This record gives sequence, structure tokens and C-alpha cells, in this order.
Amino acid sequence: MSGFWTRLISLTRKEFRQLLRDRSNLAIGILLPMVLILIFGYGMSLDVKNAPVGVVLEDSSPTAHEAIAGLQLSPTIAPVLLGSMHDAEALMRERKIDGIVRVPADFSRSLAAGNARVQLIVHGADAGRATIILAYVSGALAQTAVRQADRGGRTTGADAPVIGRVTVEQRMWFNTANTSTWYLVPGLIVLIMTLVGAFLTALVMAREWERGTLEALFVTPVRPVEILLAKIIPYFAVGMLGLALCLLAARFLFAVPMVGSPFAVVLSSMLYLIVAVSLGLVISSVTRNQFLASQVALIATFMPSMMLSGFLFDLRNVPAVVRAIGHVLPATYFMDLIKTLFLAGDVWPLILRNCAILAAYAVGLLLLARAVTRKSLD
Amino acid sequence: MTDFLLRIANLCRKELLAILKDPASRVILFVPAIMQSLIFGYGATYDLSNVPYALLDQSRTGASTELIAHLDSTGVFHRVATLRTQADIREVIDTEKALMVIQIAPNFEQLLSAGQPAAIQLILDARNSNTAGSAAGYVGSVVERYNAELRTRAGAPMAPLTIESRAWFNPNLETRWNLLPGLIAALSMLQTLLLTALSVAREREQGTFDQLLVTPMSPLEIMIGKALPPVLVGLAQSTLILLVALLWFGIPMAGSLATLYTGLVFFTVASVGIGLSISAVSANMQQAMLYTFVLLMPMMLLSGLTTPVRNMPHVLQVITMANPLRFAIDLVQRVYLEGVGLATVWHNLIPLSVIALVTLPLAAWLFRHRLT
Repeated sequence: MSGFWTRLISLTRKEFRQLLRDRSNLAIGILLPMVLILIFGYGMSLDVKNAPVGVVLEDSSPTAHEAIAGLQLSPTIAPVLLGSMHDAEALMRERKIDGIVRVPADFSRSLAAGNARVQLIVHGADAGRATIILAYVSGALAQTAVRQADRGGRTTGADAPVIGRVTVEQRMWFNTANTSTWYLVPGLIVLIMTLVGAFLTALVMAREWERGTLEALFVTPVRPVEILLAKIIPYFAVGMLGLALCLLAARFLFAVPMVGSPFAVVLSSMLYLIVAVSLGLVISSVTRNQFLASQVALIATFMPSMMLSGFLFDLRNVPAVVRAIGHVLPATYFMDLIKTLFLAGDVWPLILRNCAILAAYAVGLLLLARAVTRKSLD
Repeated sequence: MTDFLLRIANLCRKELLAILKDPASRVILFVPAIMQSLIFGYGATYDLSNVPYALLDQSRTGASTELIAHLDSTGVFHRVATLRTQADIREVIDTEKALMVIQIAPNFEQLLSAGQPAAIQLILDARNSNTAGSAAGYVGSVVERYNAELRTRAGAPMAPLTIESRAWFNPNLETRWNLLPGLIAALSMLQTLLLTALSVAREREQGTFDQLLVTPMSPLEIMIGKALPPVLVGLAQSTLILLVALLWFGIPMAGSLATLYTGLVFFTVASVGIGLSISAVSANMQQAMLYTFVLLMPMMLLSGLTTPVRNMPHVLQVITMANPLRFAIDLVQRVYLEGVGLATVWHNLIPLSVIALVTLPLAAWLFRHRLT
């Protein structure tokens, strides 16, 4: 047993030295997390705020002005009064405005007759944004219309019919500020753990295979388990450094609340980091080639953890097959875990379930890595 | 001149062989591009199709049942639990059983029949603020429809206004329509950049680059010979994704292929320029890969693919000027969806050319500089 420890310690020391010697490792371990933190915190936002919408008033009556008055107050859109439909369409083609509201010349006359129309055109190139603008503008216009109907109709006198109205009071739990930064930053932790863990490990291990240095190691008394552990420890440390950077930034730079216990955050991140590092080990042992290992790591980790983990797109809304693929990825469970821990708190049933799944992945992948790193020269 | 072309052609052939001779490389360069465009095409959606909700109906009246029936008939909302007390709300939301809870107060029907506003409470899980916002918006529109029905029944005048809405360039407002054209550029860049960055780094690591330099080829010829194969691979990948968008998802292309490919050629050359520069500063393959990655991630995130560039703060918008992907995505989306010609998108070609004209000579200079 003491032989195990001495071998492990000296191997790990060698790995650490190798890691620290090459500046590119530190670039991905420290520089990349820092750049990503800034981009995620400041640069990425899905919120629609002050979207420019052109308003073309072909009818200049007070009634028409009143119809669009409701648009002015919102933080979602910023109406811009334009001279003609021609100007508006030109601006829309240049994507200077996201939508056009057109109030036709016969507006007040047809409103009195009860059949006025307002035209609303949105730029569909960004579907998500367009949907929000569409819903917002039509909601605001419809409310004005109802008010005008009440005034024009017999709804205020003594013989007015009794009409109740349902209103909606909404409360956003866990994200009171309702900003996308609050869920982008926890998502970033998943991305960084995946990148640092899987990509770095896959690459370094593949290099040893490619150069044959791993085979050289095999003729020494070290056992494969010791080699694997010695590989895991330094990259695990780099990942934890990335985690620390993310947590500090979340707390002090972006003031994202951490409702759950910090202990659970760190513990579950460590668990996921083991999963990511083991995934890297498996990739490198299977490919045994730096080019393939980096391509596989790129394809298997970066894009899926961004696109399929429920980070940007909610998995509840995707087709079953894609949802199933998402649920094969360990990143999906960690994403759920970290978002809950940050924003909702210690929801133990959820935490325990996800941690159990991650632990199963960790054990499974480690065993697989051990199996494919046989001490053989086939 | 013919010698010049012949030497380049030979080097290109050798490079293409090096890239494609290994069956595993052939697979990794082409299959994932198709798979990813298929999966992301289905997976990337901000549209709501399945909202599990829980109901806490404390009024249990005709009116509340009617309102909920309206909600259920949309097919988007699925009731997963019927709660008895307010204390039950936390559990269903916390454990993600339900995305939202609708709470209807005991006096709901009394208020309605007295002609007063009757509020329903909507409690949403905003761990994903995007989904929560859409769900709230959707409930709002269902409630508005119900209100309109109440007015009709009471004999009140209908709202005298109809809103005719239309979406240009993407009539059904599907996220897929703007994502897939973006992927034509983004997915191919991922791999071409890596491929290029590795091409010289690998030769240097294996010592074959020195051999290449003692051949009668000039540095310019070596550069072109190294740059062309990844450009071809990148364009082939883009073509595959384009085919998936056109044939599998049936997203109609409004613009011309000639304009699209003009843009893609400029973009791929610029990416290859960046790849070669990385290659030139890296001492070995591992460094080349890691530096590629350090550049790739910010380039993907600051490209407008997943979040709009206009939402970024000014400083970052300026930084995106050095990002070829940002211009490529703008160009491809506009040519594909809006059908514009070169006259409208030519301004995207300028930064792409500048990036290529800076990075390619830089790479050439670095190759020589590093050897002496």
C-alpha cells in the first residue's frame, strides 16, 4: 500500500510540473474562465429591452394618437414615430427597427364604426425576440381598444351590463429581477467545468498515447489506476480554480444570489468535475490521438452542454428524441442541480437525485476509463 | 506560373490526403456536422409546447372551471397536480414538477359577477427566466380571450380594433429558421479552425515542417498549400449543413447560392488565417488546440448565434469587430432568410477580408521568424 502512495505522489508531482510548465494549460484553466465570466455576465442577454419599433401614423387624429399611447411607457419597446410606410420598411430591411405598427388613414372613422385595423409587422430573423415584441405590442393595443369600447359603448351608464374581467397577477419565483444573467452565470459554471475537465484531460492523455510515453510508463512498476489518478488530480485542481473564479464573480461582480448552501454547490461541482475528467480520460484512451481526441471532446462536450443541457433552451419544449439525448448528457443533471442551488435553494429531493445520477456517471466512466487503459500494447 | 500552380496543387493533394486518409478523421469531419445540425435544429426552440402546471382552485365554481378549460384546450398546458392548500405550492415548484401554479381565490366568481376585476395568481419557476416569461405571456393571452368571451356574453361591444400581425422573413416565428442558417457558418468554423491550427503544429511536432522548407517551394506556396485544403473542408461542411436546412427542415432559401458562397469563401479564408496564425505561435499540437479553444469560445458566444449582438454592451460590440463569425452569421442569415444580395451585405466582406489580410501574412511571417 505504501508503494501505491509513493508512486501516486511522484506521478502526480510530475503531472503538476508538466501542467505548470506549459502556458497554454494555464490559458485554458484561468484565462478562458475569466473571459467567459465577463462575456456571460455582461455580454449575453436574452432580455428584450427598448426594442426599437417604428410607428407609422397615417391618421393624425387624437384618437389615433391615443391608440398608440400605451406603447410609450413600456421598458420592452421603444416606439419611434416615422413619416411613412416606405421609410419604415427601409429601416426594417436594414434591421434598424424590430417591428412596424401602422395605423391606417381611415383609423378614427373605422374605429367609430367598430371595425378599425392596426397593422403590426415584426422582423422574424430573431424568432424569440420577435415573438416577445409581437405579444407585447398586441397586448398593449388590445387594452387600449377595450378602454375605447367601454367609453364608446353603453358600458358606463345605469343600464350598462355587468362585465367582470380576469386579471393576472404574476410572481416570478427564484428570479425576482427576471434577468437572464441570473441563469446564465450558473450555467457558465457547467460550461467551464465541462471544458476544463473533459477537454484538457482528453488532450493531455491522448498526447501520451500518441508519443508512446504511456507505453513507456507501463514498463515501470506503476499500475494503470495510479496513472489515471495522477492524471485526474492536477486537472481536477485546475477545474476547482475555475469554479472558485466563477463563484467569486457570481457573488461579487454580478450579485447573483446563492440561495442554497455553498457547501452543496462546491460538493456537487466536485462531483461533476470528476465526471468531466473521467469523460476526458475515456475519450483519450479510445482515440489515442490528439487530433481525434480534441475533435471528439469538442463535439461531445462544448456544443451539447451549451445547446442540449437545458441551459439556453428549455428541455421541456423540445421533441422527445432530443430530450432523451439531453438526458444522456451528465451536463443536464449538473445544470439542473446548479441552477436550483443558486436560485431556488436546498431542494433536497432534487439535489439527492441529481447527485446520485452524477455519482453513477462518475463511477461508470472511471471504470470504463480503467477498462480501456489496459496495460497492453495491442 | 504553371510550376507555381503545380507545386501548390501537389501540396494541396498531400494535405488533403493527410486529413482524409484516416477513416476516423473522415467520419469526425463530416458526420458530426450533419448530426449536430439535425439535433440542434430540433432542440433549439424558445417556443413553448409543454408547460406542466398545478392548480390551486379555492373557488371551485363554474367560472374558474371554465377559465381552466380554456387553458387546457390550448394543448400547451398540462395539469400535473391539483393542490389543496397554499402550502403545497412550494413543493411542486421547488422540485420542478410544475413550471407554474395557478391560484384562484375563493371570491373569484363573486368578483366577476359583480363586474369587478378578479385576479388569478400565477406563480412561475423562473430558474429559466425565458421560459417563465413566455409561459406568463401565453397565460395572459388565454385570459384575454376569456375576457373577450365574457364581454360578448354580457352583450358589451367588442373591442372595435383588430390587430393584423405578420412576421417578415420567418412567418411562423420558428427559432429553427434563424438558428440553422447561423449554424452553416458556426459549425464549420469550429472544425476548420482546429484543423488549420493543427496542420503546421503537427508538422513541427513531428519534425516534418523543416523538410517542407527545404523543398523548392516558396513560403507563399507553402502557405497557400496549407490554407486551401481546410478552406475546401470548411466549405464542404457548410454545404452539408445547408443541405440539412434546405432538404430536411425545408427552410426556404430566399437569396442566391452565389451570394451565400461568396460570403462563405471570405469567411472560411478568414477563419483559416486565424487558424494558421495560431499554428505559427504554437510550439506543439497541444498548444495549438488549447489556444484555438481559448479563441473559439468567445467567438461563438459573441457571434450573435445564441444571443443578439445588439443586446451586448458597447465595448463588447466593438470587440466583436474582430470576430469573423459575427459577420458571417449576419451575412448568411440575411442572404438565406431575407434574400438580400451582395449590394446589401457587402459591408460584411470588408472585416472578413481585413481579418484574412492581417492573419495570413502574419502567419507567413511567424513561420519564418520562428525558424531563424
